[in-house]
Amino acid sequence: MTEPLLQMTGIQKAFAGIPALREASLRILPGEVHALVGQNGAGKSTLIKILTGVYRRDAGEVLWQGRPVDLRSPRDAQGVGIATIYQELTLVPQRTVTENIVLGYEPRTRWGAIDWRAADARAREVLSRFGIELDLHRALGSYPTAIQQLVAIGRAASMEAKLLIMDEPTSSLDEREVETLFGVMRALKARGTSILYVSHFLDELFAVCDGVTIMRDGRTVGETRIADTSKLDLIAGMLGRDPDEIRAAGRTQLSTDQTHAGPVFLEAKGLSSDRRLRRLDLEVRAGEIVGLAGLLGSGRTESARAIFGMDKVTGGTLRVGGRDVRLSSPRDAIDAGIAFLTEDRKVEGIIPDLSVRENLTLALLPRLSKMGIVDEARERQIVQGFIKALGIRTADMDQPIRELSGGNQQKVLLGRWLALEPKLLILDEPTRGVDVGAKLEIQSIIAKHVEQGCAVLLISSEFEELIEGAHNIVVLQEGRSVRKLNNPGVTEASLIHAIAEPPDTPHVEAAE
Amino acid sequence: MTTAPLDLNLRRYMRPLGGGTHLTVWVALALLILLGYLRYDNFLSAYNISSFLGYNSMFVLISVGMCLVIMTGGIDLSVGAVAALASVTAALLSPLGLLVALPAGMLTGLVAGAINAGLIVGLRLPPFMATLATMLAARGTSLVVSDRQAVSVDWSSDFTALGMNKIASILPWTIVVAILVVVVAWYILEKTSLGRTVLAVGGNAEAAHLMGLKTSRALIFVYLFSGACAGLAGVFLASGYGAGQPLEGQGWELAAIAAVVVGGTLLTGGMGSVPATVAGALLFGLVFNLLNFENGLGVISLSAYWQSVIRGAFLLVVILLQVRLARPAAAKA
Repeated sequence: MTEPLLQMTGIQKAFAGIPALREASLRILPGEVHALVGQNGAGKSTLIKILTGVYRRDAGEVLWQGRPVDLRSPRDAQGVGIATIYQELTLVPQRTVTENIVLGYEPRTRWGAIDWRAADARAREVLSRFGIELDLHRALGSYPTAIQQLVAIGRAASMEAKLLIMDEPTSSLDEREVETLFGVMRALKARGTSILYVSHFLDELFAVCDGVTIMRDGRTVGETRIADTSKLDLIAGMLGRDPDEIRAAGRTQLSTDQTHAGPVFLEAKGLSSDRRLRRLDLEVRAGEIVGLAGLLGSGRTESARAIFGMDKVTGGTLRVGGRDVRLSSPRDAIDAGIAFLTEDRKVEGIIPDLSVRENLTLALLPRLSKMGIVDEARERQIVQGFIKALGIRTADMDQPIRELSGGNQQKVLLGRWLALEPKLLILDEPTRGVDVGAKLEIQSIIAKHVEQGCAVLLISSEFEELIEGAHNIVVLQEGRSVRKLNNPGVTEASLIHAIAEPPDTPHVEAAE
Repeated sequence: MTTAPLDLNLRRYMRPLGGGTHLTVWVALALLILLGYLRYDNFLSAYNISSFLGYNSMFVLISVGMCLVIMTGGIDLSVGAVAALASVTAALLSPLGLLVALPAGMLTGLVAGAINAGLIVGLRLPPFMATLATMLAARGTSLVVSDRQAVSVDWSSDFTALGMNKIASILPWTIVVAILVVVVAWYILEKTSLGRTVLAVGGNAEAAHLMGLKTSRALIFVYLFSGACAGLAGVFLASGYGAGQPLEGQGWELAAIAAVVVGGTLLTGGMGSVPATVAGALLFGLVFNLLNFENGLGVISLSAYWQSVIRGAFLLVVILLQVRLARPAAAKA
């Protein structure tokens, strides 16, 4: 057996006492494309950052070509031959293709000036290895993302990297571009370069990878040749379930629809948007929780954004409360009785320096103020009510929200939308990054509002949350709704099956 | 973390004053006043207080306008030039009396603010660029209108009463008006939904938009307000010095930004304090005032140029103190 290029064993890392990696390992052979898979929070990116010198490990061993190494900075990692292609490109879009490829390593003339002729020659050579021809003197930014990504890879390859790390390289590429990328990866492999490949698109792994490492909860839970595994096995490993059980669940016919709910509040037919939503059919009734399930990139969040007026709707119809509507801004959606608790608290949710009170009432302000003046007494009364009802743990309502824990911030944001008394509440990963106690509290708050007639559209990567919470579940694949499962009767296995299996028909009408 | 019961009321009442990180400026201001009182005989004389407040009322005004703009994450570089243009406008109209010249000066500022708002909200230009363009245009216009000369006011009208008369011969009318504006700004910020929106836009524009807040309205408001403040400061200038000054106001925008920053408002927006900004403006004025007294003692003699150097050093010291104080909180976030 050949000596591995890289062997990481027993890697541990904690942030502020909270372990991110407990027992992670990774082994990459020379000249192989190795996949690293796991759910969000499994520890993939932490492990990669340790490998690239961004973080220091707390414990464990890293062997590089058989010798122990200690990579203290990204520069150390580059020094031994580890190059990283990040999700967000880190090249200089305003400069030319050549400049980007040789940046920092420019060939010099005898007089110390940059030898542009040699630089062009090197750039041309690097790109031709992958069978790409570009105008070397055009600004890199004028090329599509896919090409920019290939240039970044070319740059890394020209630096004689032994290991190339690619983090979600295909998330912004179309199918043809993905093929080109795979061609480049195979060419690199043929030259003996190893590639560590991180992707949420499991199908891709089978097309291009040799080996795969599965992580879960900060641990490496499996390592295998890709030929010896299946997509179902991978998903089972990522989730920590028994693959046989999932397989057995196969094609259980699910129970028929029941009428636990009120009239249809939201109805989307063939809805598409300018952001990767291709065809959404969906129906949410008052007093009902509809789950949206699918892998990352399947269009769950995009569905919510289109409904909430954040993305431009390019086709299909949307009916709210029985009327055809066109929601072109969040304001419109809010006026129509829709609320949207977004996935990313930091970016789209909290206003960090404002207090708990101010954060909670922001969306409610128009109703709280007379002639533009906020009725502070009423505001305090409302906020006090929500702090109590939602069990928000805060020193007092005037504490800046950034000082609260993630779970409590989330409760404030939930309160912000509940205060509007919405008819439809869209929840995107409402319990992510929230501790178990707060999670249960949040779920029971949601359940209570549903009982009172609120319609809920629940997006979650946690199957348990969907299965236990949702009355029915719409499954998305590649921006299309492909299946609808009705509860009770959905099991984790059948849900995973529905997510993983290719659609049997182009799409399934959500409406019966 | 502090314990809850004591914390409760403190936090609630501290924030209007500027809260924790804004505290530095109040302490510094108090120390400087104490120093002046102990060291110089006439420091707390009616004459010094009244001339100090009269002169600095202009800076208080533009600093408060700037403070609101900065809270949204923007900047207004045009305030100095707009004040100069407004001073010329007001001086030209002074024969018609204060009741015409004052609104005309403010209107000048409002027009400049409307142009800024249009460029920033309508055309989505970065505030730095938009207000830089307005600054150049306003300066040019004031030079053209005044023919590059100071424009003398009509001394026979009541126009100079605003800048020169004092209540009980100590409190200049200008500071009274400036304080009124400060109270209005503070009230809007603390008590109205518009004020909340201003802070929300600066703190997290994406989130504010998602909540359906009227973010454009908040932006338009702050630039109009800043423009009006600059216009009013121009009226004070013409009224207090008897002439419209097309070349005055250079560097005022930077003085205002410095006052805002010293008051603990972050340039990135989302937080800040109107009262602390006022304290910041007064603090810088006081540094000048104290240096004049020091020169008067005859021990040292510092030119105005040195005073500027000292002001710069002072700014750095206060900022460094704030960073030190703010760091533990920032690390937690």
